[in-house]
Amino acid sequence: MTGPHSAETGAGAAAPSAETWELRLYVTGRSPKSVRAIENLQLACEQYLPGQYRIEIVDLLQNPRLAADDQILAVPTLVRKLPPPIRKIVGDLSDTDRLLVGLQLRPRKGART
Amino acid sequence: MASGHGRTDLTSVLDGAGGGPRLPKAPTGVRGLDEITGGGLPRGRSTLVTGGTGSGKTLLGLQFLVAGARDEGEPGVLVTFEESAEKVSANVASLGFDLDALQRDRLLVVHAFHIDPAEIVESGEFDFEPLFALLDDTIERIGAKRVVFDTVDVLFGAFPSQAIVRAELSRLFRWLEDRAVTGVVTGERGENGLTRHGIEEYVSDCVIVLDHRMHEEISTRRLRVVKYRGSVHGTNEYPFLISEHGFVVLPITSISLDYDAPEERLPTGVTRLDHMLAGGLFRGSTVLVSGMAGTGKSTLGAHLIDAACARGEKALLVLYEESPEQINRNMRSVGLDLGRWVEAGLLRMWAARPTAFGLEAQLAILARLIEEFGPAVAVLDGIASLMHGPTGLEVTSMLARQFDLLKAAGVTTMATTLTHQDESSTVAVSSLVDTWLLLRNVESDGERNRLLSVLKSRGSAHSNQAREFVLTDRGAELVDVYVGPAGVVTGSARLVREAQERGAERRRGEELMRRRRDLRRGIVEAEARLTVLQDDLAAERAELERIEMREQRQVADDEADRSALAAQRWADPASYGEGERP
Repeated sequence: MTGPHSAETGAGAAAPSAETWELRLYVTGRSPKSVRAIENLQLACEQYLPGQYRIEIVDLLQNPRLAADDQILAVPTLVRKLPPPIRKIVGDLSDTDRLLVGLQLRPRKGART
Repeated sequence: MASGHGRTDLTSVLDGAGGGPRLPKAPTGVRGLDEITGGGLPRGRSTLVTGGTGSGKTLLGLQFLVAGARDEGEPGVLVTFEESAEKVSANVASLGFDLDALQRDRLLVVHAFHIDPAEIVESGEFDFEPLFALLDDTIERIGAKRVVFDTVDVLFGAFPSQAIVRAELSRLFRWLEDRAVTGVVTGERGENGLTRHGIEEYVSDCVIVLDHRMHEEISTRRLRVVKYRGSVHGTNEYPFLISEHGFVVLPITSISLDYDAPEERLPTGVTRLDHMLAGGLFRGSTVLVSGMAGTGKSTLGAHLIDAACARGEKALLVLYEESPEQINRNMRSVGLDLGRWVEAGLLRMWAARPTAFGLEAQLAILARLIEEFGPAVAVLDGIASLMHGPTGLEVTSMLARQFDLLKAAGVTTMATTLTHQDESSTVAVSSLVDTWLLLRNVESDGERNRLLSVLKSRGSAHSNQAREFVLTDRGAELVDVYVGPAGVVTGSARLVREAQERGAERRRGEELMRRRRDLRRGIVEAEARLTVLQDDLAAERAELERIEMREQRQVADDEADRSALAAQRWADPASYGEGERP
């Protein structure tokens, strides 16, 4: 479960600005919300970060004390570890717009980038 | 009214706890609170502690955990959303709570979550399953029986979806109940409801409200049990205090009047004052010493303490105006060394600035001092400074409680208070005391002198006369005042009058002596004259006798002559001759 879900790096894009997004998704077992979050995340990444992302899934039921260490109170929680700064998106990621805002893949409406 | 009520409530709590099916309770480690709640918080359920910022919610929760871990054999878990674990430990270390040691002994686990709302974006549904899993793991690991959440309001701020937070918290409390864990949840006091986010809807077994009021710069902390399902509880507002021993609740709201009334007299340390009071103060009675500035009120208190300590009794000196150093120095100047009693462990001084503690807090501290130290005598020096802040009624009620507390403990108490021109400010308090001594300044001839009089002394004969109160380098002494046609005379004027009187006395003595001398001389003269007269008298008597004797002899001689002549003439007897003669 904890193995990184790395997709193929987007060699085709080869954009100079291209960098690998390191994402970590905290879930609790195979709960419906957890399953939904994994699916939603993969879909979004394929669409907006093709070949540019690596997903690590952490199951807090396997290691509950990690919640305290990593400061994860709610699940699912998606943490953008790279690029900095760290961002956290809480929820099953069903709201794609909010997900993109959270990942700063799309500027907030009327907000500064 | 309210005060009478409080006592009834409290008794009914204790009675109620005895009869009927008893709700299992978890002691809080705060004795006063355990008394109010009849044993503690509902065991296996959750209690909401709500209050404003700095009202002591966190501390109450922590004390509950520490008491459980240390005294009840109930390990606990702290989940804090406000501070780091290190900060929590550091904050309560000064209160004598060694959280680190408890954690090492696996009696306590602290989980600190720092949630930055700015860091979080919400996308879709979520739950607090990690918290449940973490708690489950911890409870299992250390056998936790108590869990404290501090403060859950942070969660409402951190996650935009309030409905989810609400539902998850509700689920959390049910979950705790299922595990028979006693929970304490702290929440921010709301404008309209008990809490800002209506947590009381989910935690409804027991609700405790903490209040921190500022009145004219004097803070007052109060605690109230708003709700306690299935248990009787005291409903009044109870003063509490955050002391160096943690949370202290004082469940006193009433003035009970059932004290012992010992007959024993306690010397005041000023011999003549004892005399004025027909032998001293009754043990356990309350004395008020009122007077204007610099009339020697504190000195009188110091005497009482000195006398008590000299008898080997413990004394408590509560200073509302001065520091212990100040009073030490001042009393040394009148020959009273209080410092040695402090060193001997017989005297405890406590400088209580009203503005620093608040009235209720002072009461709580006083209660603890009485309990811990067990003084026989207490002096509350400068209670007038209490009147600076809050309304008179509050002060009077607080003083009444202080006196009540001391009296219930059998402590002989002397309270000194500053009066200004009018004595009305002390009148309210004076009805609470057994003896009222008034110190006055009398100004005349460019100097001020002190007069002491006994205004009242319950159950005891007492002098109705004023005495001059003189501060010497051997302490206070009482001196008779000179009462002359112009009224009471004190100080130098008294000395002058006394000198004048001595002069007059001397002159009177001299006069008397002279008169005596004169009279004595008169007597001597008269006696001399009398002797002369008596001599004259005797001489004249002698002369008279001599003349009479001579006359008688003459008559006899004449008779003899005549007889001789008649015989010569052969005359008839005298009778014959005589009859013949005409």
